[in-house]
Amino acid sequence: MVMGTSTAARKARWAILDIIVVVYALVPVLWIASLSFKTKETLADGNFVPREWTLQNYAEIFATSEFIRPLINSIGIASIATLIAVVLGMMAAYAIARLDFPGKRTLIGVSLLIAMFPQISLVTPLFNIEHALGLFDTWPGLILPYITFALPLAIYTLSAFFREIPWELEKAAKMDGATPAQAFRRVIAPLAAPGVFTTAILVFIFAWNDFLFAISLTSTEASRTVPAALAFFTGTSQFEDPTGTISAAAVVITIPIIVFVLFFQRRIVAGLTSGAVKG
Amino acid sequence: MAEIVLDKVTKTYPDGARAVSDMDIQIADGEFVILVGPSGCGKSTALNMIAGLEDISDGELRIDGVRANEKAPKDRDIAMVFQSYALYPHMSVRENMAFPLRLAKMDDASVRAKVEEAASILDLTQHLDRRPSNLSGGQRQRVAMGRAIVRSPKAFLMDEPLSNLDAKLRGQMRTSVSKLQKQLGTTTVYVTHDQTEAMTLGDRVVVLRGGVVQQIGSPQFLYDQPANLFVAGFIGSPSMNFVPASLEDGALRSPLGTIPLGDRIRRLVEAADAPREVIAGIRPEHFEDAALLEEGHRGQGATFTAPVDVLESMGSEKYAYFTVEAPLASTAELQELAADAGASDVPGSGSTIVTRLSASSAAREGDNVEVWFDTDKLQLFDPSSGRNLTYSG
Ligand SMILES: Nc1ncnc2c1ncn2[C@@H]1O[C@H](COP(=O)(O)OP(=O)(O)OP(=O)(O)O)[C@@H](O)[C@H]1O
Ligand SMILES: [Mg+2]
Repeated sequence: MVMGTSTAARKARWAILDIIVVVYALVPVLWIASLSFKTKETLADGNFVPREWTLQNYAEIFATSEFIRPLINSIGIASIATLIAVVLGMMAAYAIARLDFPGKRTLIGVSLLIAMFPQISLVTPLFNIEHALGLFDTWPGLILPYITFALPLAIYTLSAFFREIPWELEKAAKMDGATPAQAFRRVIAPLAAPGVFTTAILVFIFAWNDFLFAISLTSTEASRTVPAALAFFTGTSQFEDPTGTISAAAVVITIPIIVFVLFFQRRIVAGLTSGAVKG
Repeated sequence: MAEIVLDKVTKTYPDGARAVSDMDIQIADGEFVILVGPSGCGKSTALNMIAGLEDISDGELRIDGVRANEKAPKDRDIAMVFQSYALYPHMSVRENMAFPLRLAKMDDASVRAKVEEAASILDLTQHLDRRPSNLSGGQRQRVAMGRAIVRSPKAFLMDEPLSNLDAKLRGQMRTSVSKLQKQLGTTTVYVTHDQTEAMTLGDRVVVLRGGVVQQIGSPQFLYDQPANLFVAGFIGSPSMNFVPASLEDGALRSPLGTIPLGDRIRRLVEAADAPREVIAGIRPEHFEDAALLEEGHRGQGATFTAPVDVLESMGSEKYAYFTVEAPLASTAELQELAADAGASDVPGSGSTIVTRLSASSAAREGDNVEVWFDTDKLQLFDPSSGRNLTYSG
């Protein structure tokens, strides 16, 4: 009995704590969502739940290229940067986890250094370099710095995963007649999949959310991504308050991230529960 | 099936460690050869060199008469069973066993047939669609064997394949490994730590010490005629008892009394040009409770009387432990063996003599017992080189 009441009390305490955390984290997001569904007139009424629901704001942002074009840029740039960073990161992490090569410590040290480097101090030199090279305001102009800054993260996460995979599995694959490439593709890669997906999510979120490079290294719709484009949002006329449309845009750009995470999370969990590494 | 020849094979690791030195072994087609030795003596290294997982620093490896030093593992057509089994966790049992066949680009129907055949040999048929992580240790072990046998390779290499199983299962699997190898007739090299596996499984046993081959021969031969102190102490469980002794006027003066030497041993010792100080070795089963012997039989040996320290009755036999006064023989070989065996099962540790007596012996702990031993079974060793002075191989 004593045990029963004490666990009930414990559960209640945890429930309250959980609710506080969730509310604290979600209120700003829900507030933005609520704003995006309000009409222009009720925008500033301070109600959490809109009095009048409308999809007007969404219709507006999708009617202009001011939003659609940056959305395409964002998706393209973040996906390409993620793909390249993860592939390069996989190779580097595999080497770090499995091989003893000269300069291994230096490589790890340098990649750590890049991760710690304050990005703001690189913006001006990058701006100048990209201007000189003609990369300014192009997709590669953003993809390259994203890869650079995502790689340390990718290498770190991936090498932790590779280290977990027993060396003997690769030896076994070789004995079973696999070439090194086949051993990697058919044995090591599937086992590293949860790590690869985790890394992909982290890198994608980093590239998708970046504002600093996006605002400094772009000037037109040719490569401006959504976080930067939002800053340039105006209403249909100069004097109109763009809060509603900005909120709608903000909601829209979180959707790909949520989809991305949910999609890969299923894979991650599936990978972990299939006894990926232990066994 | 294949003949495997190691010709002065040497392995030096990049850090300078010499793991295997000038190893010469000829393994005939279909033979079952066991590599034994204490931990770190280079068994796995030798096996990995045959497999192609480690480069050979020096010497030549020939498979079916063809130099194989430079061949990649996949071109050697050898299957390996790992201590950890190394099953692919993301594949079902069926896919694990089919993996080598799929890599060999075999068509689906034959893959299926071969896997099913191997599964029925190993009694795995009802587990084919399960994941390795859901299997018991013994089942995993059989899947690992299955993956090795499906593609009928030239040879099997096994690195302590049973050491992760509990004692009972290990006994069962030992029998099935032995049967399987006889049935398939495939050349097999098997690494083990286990005395019983070494004695029962192989056609021949190779004893390694610090990367150097000590002796190669049938299990019984190594047991009866160990080439040196190391092999004598390593083969046999409980191991041989060693006592320091000196040769004087055709007799052996030892802590077990003065032992007259028989003609056979005296001739061998003379031929071997033995030093005065030697180490005498005698196996536990060559002792007997003197009270149980007939007078005639007693004459063929010597006796000593001592109090029993510990008596272990195994039902079918009794192990009696005695303490002798003299300091016990201690050489580099014996210390190494002691270190490998751990404190409990030390050859001639402290000053304890282990004897195996008949179950009918009336010996009791603390009582003085007269113990007889067969002097013709004595083995004498040179303390400086470890050489067996009574070797008649
Ligand atoms: N990769 C390596 N680099 C350097 N030295 C090594 C390496 N692998 C093994 N060694 C050394 O080579 C020697 C033989 O090792 P090996 O693994 O062959 O021993 P083993 O007989 O299989 O031992 P165990 O019974 O413990 O498995 C050891 O002294 C070990 O320290
Ligand atoms: Mg080993």
